[in-house]
Amino acid sequence: MRARTALLAAAALALALFPFVGGKFGVDFVTKTMVFAVLALSLELLVGQVGLVCFGQAAFFGIGAYAVVLLTPKAAAGPIWWLLPAAVAASALYALFVGALSIRTRGVYFIMVTLAFSQMAYYVAHDTPLGGGTDGIYLNFVPFAGPLDLAKAGHIYYFTLAALLAVFVFLAVLMRSRFGRALAGIRVNEQRMRAAGYSTYPYKLAAFVISGAIAGLAGALFAVKDGFVNPELMSWHISGTVLMMVILGGVGHLHGAVLGAFAFALLQELFKAQAIFGEFSKHWALGVGATIILVVALLPRGLAGRGSG
Amino acid sequence: MDLATFLVQCLNALQYGLLLFLIASGLTLIFGVMGVINLALGSFYMIGAYMAYALAPAFGGAAGLGFLATLGAGLVIAVVLGYVLEWAFFSFLYEREHLQQVLMTYGLILVFEEARSLTLGDDVHGVAVPEWLAGSIPLGGLMAYPVYRLFISGVCVLLALAMYAVLSRTRLGMAIRAGSSNREMVASLGVDVKRLFRVMFAAGVALATLAGMLAAPVSSVYPGMGNQVLIICFVVVVIGGLGSVRGAFAAALLVGAVDTFGKVLFPQAAGVLVYVLMAVVLLWRPEGLFKAT
Repeated sequence: MRARTALLAAAALALALFPFVGGKFGVDFVTKTMVFAVLALSLELLVGQVGLVCFGQAAFFGIGAYAVVLLTPKAAAGPIWWLLPAAVAASALYALFVGALSIRTRGVYFIMVTLAFSQMAYYVAHDTPLGGGTDGIYLNFVPFAGPLDLAKAGHIYYFTLAALLAVFVFLAVLMRSRFGRALAGIRVNEQRMRAAGYSTYPYKLAAFVISGAIAGLAGALFAVKDGFVNPELMSWHISGTVLMMVILGGVGHLHGAVLGAFAFALLQELFKAQAIFGEFSKHWALGVGATIILVVALLPRGLAGRGSG
Repeated sequence: MDLATFLVQCLNALQYGLLLFLIASGLTLIFGVMGVINLALGSFYMIGAYMAYALAPAFGGAAGLGFLATLGAGLVIAVVLGYVLEWAFFSFLYEREHLQQVLMTYGLILVFEEARSLTLGDDVHGVAVPEWLAGSIPLGGLMAYPVYRLFISGVCVLLALAMYAVLSRTRLGMAIRAGSSNREMVASLGVDVKRLFRVMFAAGVALATLAGMLAAPVSSVYPGMGNQVLIICFVVVVIGGLGSVRGAFAAALLVGAVDTFGKVLFPQAAGVLVYVLMAVVLLWRPEGLFKAT
């Protein structure tokens, strides 16, 4: 336990020191990966801690991103202290709606209902003028953040890192609370939790809303970082990719989600590297796919599954 | 909408729904009996379509019975591929969590898509309709309906009937049906579950491949075509009730109709209608229309 805490602290320190050694490309890449790590953590809360496999996380991610862009005033930068909570609230609200309806279903049906609701959000962004349609919209002014200038790669890097650490610590504390224990109980045996007098529905719904809110935070960070949103942020490919990150990392561990996000992103970068694979780097997905197959075959419990219980 | 247009759209909806059924039935049976969510079936739809394009020249293209020969050759390849895949990638996964199997099929999707890109390229291709099916049937006025689309529907109906016969009348079908309701019990009663799984897997792959080959002349052949169809087939399977072939059949026709008429009547909202349908069905019946028994 103590060794793991030390390891996590070392990882956080390494991320904090990275901008001093990583070049411009590296900083940008790790920022993006950390955004996805936040998103993966939001899904890990549902998949790994409550046992709800959600296949619609992209909707909350996209809503958070769109909220930042749409709420930024036309002619000036908006304050991040206001935009970020607004984005989180927007995603949480949609999660409340989706969760309230979909938690009635179970297993694969739950997977598919959450997909259905995220596809609805996708088509609203895609087919209505509300969010700029298929072309998406640009964020004309990077949010104003006091002493930080979020347009600078270094500043957004540390801002994202702080968000990642905050989410990680928040979830770790949450899972140790009474509420978190109840969620774990639901994952292991929902019937027994009911018999023990817990009304499980509000617990699952609360977890779903928290997860949606964190995914919204990830989306907001993504919008601030990229300065551009389009409907593809809500497509099921994003939901699928994040789910794969969580499974690859090892379901049931918070650090597994972060590990999975980094492993997935690094794999993509590795196989996309022309320096190593030359012409063949065009077919990077082949390498990623083959590696995933090998991981499944050789590491039954994901990357984080070894050792730590 | 006049009567002739309505009739044409009905036939289109039927043809699309029946084609979806071919893939969805494999998906639902594999899940029902083996408990595996096989995302890779979408890839086989794509592979089937590309085989229809790539193998056609070897069998004389659209002339004479070349098309049937192409279908036959493609099916043989698909069955062999299904057997080998089950043996190499899935036979050791059944004891594991579902999510691990999903990750495996996801890896396979990436590999298949790139393997296709490496061997046949990323271009969009058209496949010629076989000559003996190239005509169309006049439907009064200016409307006509292509014979080939009727041919697709006919083949699908025949396959659905054959599937029904196998499932309800043969020993294999009995084992499959028993497997969907209680896997452990079937194994302990002495059915060779390993063999059963391999046959099921190969059959699912063959059906999806066949669907791709049949669809190639009407839908053209393009990269990523598998993923699109996969998601819709999932919708079909879930609406119908996992593990239920009857449910998949009804749901496929329903989804085909909603999608086809949605595109005609509400082009603005066409994409989302199918998902609205699924959400409504699942909120009304959380386990699909036909619960597998």
